[in-house]
Amino acid sequence: MRGKAAIVGIGATEFSKESGRSELQLSVEAVQHALADCGLTVADVDGLTTFTMDTSSEIALARELGIEELRFFSRINYGGGAACATVQQAAMAVATGVADVVVAYRGFNERSESRFGQVSVAAATQVNTNGLDNAWTYPMGLGTPAATVAMQARRYMHEYGATSEDFGRVAVADRRHAATNPNAFFYGKPITLEDHQASRMIADPLHLLDCCQESDGAVALVITSAERARDLAQPPAYLAAAAQGSGRDQFVMTSYYRDDIGIPEMGVVGRELWRQSGLAPDDIPMAILYDHFTPYVLMQLEELGFCGRGEAPGFIADGAIELGGRLPLNTHGGQLGEAYIHGMNGIAEGVRQIRGTSVNPVDDAHHVLVTAGTGVPTSGLVLAATV
Amino acid sequence: MIRPMINRDSAYFWEGTQKGELRIQSCNACGALRHPPGPACPSCGALDRGYVVASGTGTVFSYVVHRHPPVPGKELPIVIALIDLDEGVRMVGEVVGVPAEGDGAIEIGMRLRVDYNRVDDELTLPVWRQA
Repeated sequence: MRGKAAIVGIGATEFSKESGRSELQLSVEAVQHALADCGLTVADVDGLTTFTMDTSSEIALARELGIEELRFFSRINYGGGAACATVQQAAMAVATGVADVVVAYRGFNERSESRFGQVSVAAATQVNTNGLDNAWTYPMGLGTPAATVAMQARRYMHEYGATSEDFGRVAVADRRHAATNPNAFFYGKPITLEDHQASRMIADPLHLLDCCQESDGAVALVITSAERARDLAQPPAYLAAAAQGSGRDQFVMTSYYRDDIGIPEMGVVGRELWRQSGLAPDDIPMAILYDHFTPYVLMQLEELGFCGRGEAPGFIADGAIELGGRLPLNTHGGQLGEAYIHGMNGIAEGVRQIRGTSVNPVDDAHHVLVTAGTGVPTSGLVLAATV
Repeated sequence: MIRPMINRDSAYFWEGTQKGELRIQSCNACGALRHPPGPACPSCGALDRGYVVASGTGTVFSYVVHRHPPVPGKELPIVIALIDLDEGVRMVGEVVGVPAEGDGAIEIGMRLRVDYNRVDDELTLPVWRQA
């Protein structure tokens, strides 16, 4: 996989609480922007990939865009865990010659239409093994993403002495980065740790400011071979690694039956990223870690090997995850600060860092690690400035 | 009220709560206990399975106080715990009669005992009280 494919184009709509147009239209606009970004046209696109959850099919998008023939189309399951895996799918397709140019997309009105933060009766009653899994939680009153994460967070606090303030430092860092990003929903609106502590409880121990916002919007990413990438309009973000991971006794958001609970599936992703890339955590100057809820950012730092188990509260103290720190995170503001586009906006920020066009540039961001949804089977990427 | 999806792999559990029994799937080949249940034993692969009736006591491994947003059929806040049963399996349960905060509040390590909330003729949910 290493060095065989690159993200060459990125595109997005504005991020809002009410887009005022259909989810399909949002994805069409994002793809058009992404193709314009790299100088390709719809005539070059022969593959499309997205999330199983996306409501716009590949063929519907192809019709709107005027793509006549598709040679490759695929979908990845498990909510936000799909984000980096769509890029992996695209990279595998172009690396094997199955397709030449694949676009990964995700578009939704997740605030103005079907809200992800609410209890989803549809999720609880779906007629498949996910519905059966949910029978052990939803009827008992555990039915929102925040509450499922809070169960993990409470145990993490108990095991390692972590505090709500430790979680809050992630929100403060994200919002500080969002404050200087004109595309972020929370542009110009940084918060303090005191703001975090004063925000209302949603699902103890999670405060409101531990939870990402619900957003409307779309993001598209154009992937092609490393060879073709060199001739396009933008500096390529090469894929040094692209991995998926699922752990022992895996569930969606409720992997509660393992001895230590936690997110070992991200450890699976991390080990594969290091194996493919030949890199180690010390080689990574910055990362985009999936942050729909703050506690999982700490747990990811541990699973990926940036620090030892239970050491994340110390690792993130003293501004280590802010600009100028050891490992700046989520320089676009993350999903807590920019928008919650199921992790796809974080991949776009990783590409901007490689290009040197982020509004919050990290010095010599030669490699950027990006992760997808946590608490679910997930995925990750290492982007590189050179092959 | 969100009702559980039930199929032939999980029906024994819900038939048990109707009768005031908390049932844990057991493997008839190797004896391994398991929750949540499924058609095959992850320990030995056998498909021959039965159940044991749990003693109905356990210890809080973790918990959540759900305050927002509303949950169909529930009054807020809801105290929900991850309970280590004395038999060695773990399950999620609603905790009733235990405060969310203050004196006697829910905490990790608290001992709980199962009780039953008869919703209607078709469904009885297990709930947990302080032991």
